[in-house]
Amino acid sequence: MNKSFLILKREYLTRVKKKSFIITTLLVPFFMAGIIMIPVWLAMRGDKEERDIAVYDESGLFLGELGQEGYTKYTFIPEDLYRELKNNIRNNSYYALLYVPANIYTTNTATLTSDKQVPFELIEEIESRLSRFIENDKRQKVIEETRVPDLEERLAATRTRVQLNSVKVTDTGEEKKSNSFVAFGASYIMGFIIYFFVFMYGSMVMRSVMEEKKNRIVEVIVSSVKPVQLMFGKIVGTALVGLTQVAIWVIIGLVAVTILQGFFSPEQAQQMGQSIMESQQQINPAASQAAAQEGSQNQLLEIIEMIGNLNLPLILFTFVFYFLGGYLLYSSLLGAVGAAVDNDEDSQQMVFPITFPLILSIIILFPIARNPEGSIAFWASMVPLTSPVAMLARIPYDVPPWELLLSMALLVITTGGAIWAAAKIYRIGILMYGKKVNLKELIKWLRYKN
Amino acid sequence: MEFFSAHHIDKTFSSLQALTDVTLSVEKGSIFGLLGPNGAGKTTLIRIINQITAPDKGELFLEGHKLKASDVEKIGYLPEERGLYKKMKIGEQAIYLSRLKGLSHSEAVQNLTYWFRKFEILPWWDKKVEELSKGMQQKVQFITTVVHKPSLLIFDEPFSGFDPINANLIKQEVLKLREDGATIIFSTHNMGSVEELCDHIALINKSKKIVDGPTEKIREAYKSNIFKITYQGDMDKVTGALKEYRILKHSEDREVKHLTVQFTNGSTNNELIQALIPVARIISFEEAIPSMNDVFIKAVESSNNN
Repeated sequence: MNKSFLILKREYLTRVKKKSFIITTLLVPFFMAGIIMIPVWLAMRGDKEERDIAVYDESGLFLGELGQEGYTKYTFIPEDLYRELKNNIRNNSYYALLYVPANIYTTNTATLTSDKQVPFELIEEIESRLSRFIENDKRQKVIEETRVPDLEERLAATRTRVQLNSVKVTDTGEEKKSNSFVAFGASYIMGFIIYFFVFMYGSMVMRSVMEEKKNRIVEVIVSSVKPVQLMFGKIVGTALVGLTQVAIWVIIGLVAVTILQGFFSPEQAQQMGQSIMESQQQINPAASQAAAQEGSQNQLLEIIEMIGNLNLPLILFTFVFYFLGGYLLYSSLLGAVGAAVDNDEDSQQMVFPITFPLILSIIILFPIARNPEGSIAFWASMVPLTSPVAMLARIPYDVPPWELLLSMALLVITTGGAIWAAAKIYRIGILMYGKKVNLKELIKWLRYKN
Repeated sequence: MEFFSAHHIDKTFSSLQALTDVTLSVEKGSIFGLLGPNGAGKTTLIRIINQITAPDKGELFLEGHKLKASDVEKIGYLPEERGLYKKMKIGEQAIYLSRLKGLSHSEAVQNLTYWFRKFEILPWWDKKVEELSKGMQQKVQFITTVVHKPSLLIFDEPFSGFDPINANLIKQEVLKLREDGATIIFSTHNMGSVEELCDHIALINKSKKIVDGPTEKIREAYKSNIFKITYQGDMDKVTGALKEYRILKHSEDREVKHLTVQFTNGSTNNELIQALIPVARIISFEEAIPSMNDVFIKAVESSNNN
């Protein structure tokens, strides 16, 4: 046992000290943070370029209505100047030329001419300004015609949005607010994490076995320890590397959250949220700002409540269980492949059939998360090669206990069998050189005594 | 005194019979040559001794007791297929391998420093294996085989990969280990080194042991009535006088002539000398002892023909 520990320690330390490990471990959180933060930052920053737009308004509707609007300045010009500028589009101080035709009221079209690629946001902004103005104008006319002065308010009052509160009754008769959206997100994320780690660290075990065989160091080592000890030291050591990585990510995440909280006071955060919302409201001025804000805050509280209503201890337990089960199952099979083959090309041929169920499980993850009671979900969560991903995706939706227990039992039995077979293949394969192995050969190895 | 023995070892790999009823006995403090053509079963036997594979039948004894799992720490094994972790520093790696053989960290460092200094590779302690020459890697491998002071050493082709100077260095170390009381099993195709080093040999062919005994006795046993004679006299006359013998080689070296001759009939040494006396002045007369190479080829060929 002491020797298994030596092996485990070496496997762990050489991996953790590797530059590639340190770099990925440190960079991934920043990368993830970047993916989340950059859009927020961009939205906060907005479009701050000052632009001067020349407007030739044939309709005469907008004269005096548009001037300096935000960072965009509208300058009205007469027709002849417009034509002159248009003919000499490259050499003038205006960013773009806006032509509003006389019949804009009926055609709903105007033309923006520029020698530059006009950003989508600017086009949207101009469109919304023109539309809003015309809309107001039309509305005013309708009010005058119908002679109902508070028509607008009355129409606004008819706006209706029904919200469905889904409540789940538990076995004990307790009522819990459930949210399919939260469950869906949780199941998708967990399925994906399991897939990612099982794949990445299982392959790592395989490469490590192949390296030892290729280096010819393996015979020296198995003259000191049993091949099974070597295999287990490797598998457990690598699993610890994975857990270390997760732990570092969690720590970085917590530190980052703390630092951000220090930097941004709650008011600032609110301001940030408001500025994002404002920019959206410029385009969709329909709902009143206060109501929207209140709604979103309530939603956030509700989501937090719903996460709390998920069976967290069960999720945590099953996550660890299926993570370990899946990892042991796949890493022992991949370790056996690493031992059986001599070179990378042969390994690719054998790896694909083994990892195919795992890839399949990530493909069907979406349908499973959408319909966790369906037959795809059921069978995928029973078959041990797909159950680590599939069952975990079903857990947030509350799986019948017998299904969960059956799936776990099947995984344990299969993993036990896989480890037994892998150990047999491993101890023969690591000392076998220059022989191209096929399935028939591997089955023969399983029958060898000792 | 017997140090290690194997009794009636059988091993089969599905359809391949790797070892058939092999029995060996290795004396304490001796060098035992384990010989045989490629694929004869030597590596399988060595792996069984190292408990890497288990025999189907038969028993192994070390120092009088049955071989047990913890005995791996008393054995040092240098396999033919050997290597090191390329990306690991050699010092760190040597410590790791020593600790797998049961040494504590401080013992490992102490013993390794001694050997690294002796082989003049101490400055390379913190270098990665991929930065080392092949010869240096072989030295590291030799060191990791002997670092835990094993009482039984198994060397499989230990000199491959060494230049003649370093091969000689290793040879001297092997002899010194024997002097210090280690028992050595030595497998090689280099028959010159067998003659030089081995006290005892066993030859395995097609899974069976075909020859076993002290090196000198085996060479004696494979004598084939060949004599080497040096004389002064006329070569043609000598050839004429030895019509009844088979002359294998006859050459002139200034004043003296060399003759290698084989008895084909049941004649004796005296009769040969009597035939020579009238025509030549005999300077020396000796029976030729076959080289290990000759013994090997002869034994394997005759076993294949049976």
